[in-house]
Amino acid sequence: MASDHSTPPKNLREFFQHERSYMIVFGTLLVFTVITVAIAQVDLEHDHGMFHGANMTLGLIIATFKATLVMLFFMHLISEKQLIYLVLGFTAFFATGLMGLTIWAMLDYPKLTTFFM
Amino acid sequence: MEIPFTSKARPDTGLYNAKVGIWLFLASEVMLFGALFSSYIMLRIGAPEGTWPLPGKMLMTPPGAINTAVLILSSVTVVLAWASLKFGNFAQYKKFQAVTIACAVVFMGIKAYEYHDKLTHYAIVKTDGSVWDGHMVTQDDQSVTITIHAHEDEGDHDHDHDHNGHAHDDEHADSKHVNINAYLGVKAVKDFEYNVDEHGHHVDGEVTIPRSEIAKITNYGPQHSTYLAIYFTLTGLHALHVCGGAFVIFMIWGPLAKMWETDPERYINRVEVSGLFWHFVDLVWIFLFPLLYLL
Repeated sequence: MASDHSTPPKNLREFFQHERSYMIVFGTLLVFTVITVAIAQVDLEHDHGMFHGANMTLGLIIATFKATLVMLFFMHLISEKQLIYLVLGFTAFFATGLMGLTIWAMLDYPKLTTFFM
Repeated sequence: MEIPFTSKARPDTGLYNAKVGIWLFLASEVMLFGALFSSYIMLRIGAPEGTWPLPGKMLMTPPGAINTAVLILSSVTVVLAWASLKFGNFAQYKKFQAVTIACAVVFMGIKAYEYHDKLTHYAIVKTDGSVWDGHMVTQDDQSVTITIHAHEDEGDHDHDHDHNGHAHDDEHADSKHVNINAYLGVKAVKDFEYNVDEHGHHVDGEVTIPRSEIAKITNYGPQHSTYLAIYFTLTGLHALHVCGGAFVIFMIWGPLAKMWETDPERYINRVEVSGLFWHFVDLVWIFLFPLLYLL
């Protein structure tokens, strides 16, 4: 009976391991949210001489990193079955196409076109 | 007839069917939001110079940041609730998922506050060409009364003034100054001067404008500008997803919880599938927050 309190059942210990990893991801996500807000307070391009669109690039990199953490650990994509990866592969392909073709079409217009602003 | 593979994995896929279903649904959701995100890119790149609000100037950052934290917290509680069930702890699952639902309510509350702030915020062009910008107090057939906080609402139209109401000519003035009310007409917004009376003094507090002197009046709703149109579209669709996701999680948590007794495996799968949807809602917000509030 004494062992009831000193050694938790194996599955409970496993639960705490899960919980710990989720909490680490949670902390990381919060820290990067703060970093995102902090970076937005400075104009990296004009005040710090960084490249054109530095704020946007950095902001999107952080957002992508956070999204990756959510997908890998909360949505368990770190260990998922083949079929799910296949579905996601198609999704990535078509989503990239959707965005890419739209932007391509927007930038590709006859040279003599004028726009009314 | 019994629905196949609701709890046990299908041999060829190795997955229960609902999981394949939710991922296919999320794939279609990616395309839906992807279309709107590419619209955002097009509208932003195509916006005439000086009409897209400067980073952090149109929306208040704190509510957006708090909502980001709230959604991240709810994502953790969803996954912890699922893990609790996996280890047979139903009571703990109930607690975690209650926090999730509470987070959804808090998120929607903050969103409603933000929407209300924008929808009661008005820009008025008078017939003499001056622009008045503030929150609605009262309006009737004869006049409109708005309240102006000269310092607080600086962010909405982003320009610097000295105490006489004249715009500063700092070196970045042309590139940095953006007039979000530019759509109101070039003549009306000369020199980016808002809330300035005929003597050139900045007005603070309540102002009553007779209807006869109003050439144009609009609130900061979707019709105000391209930016606010895409803002309301994206966040509105996202908010619908929050409501939908929270409703499903609530139903599984409350009225449908009896299944835990009759078919626990299937119940756990339901919790997992609703959780996957919830994480997706969180994912979308992770991109929406910086794009709309900060960058």
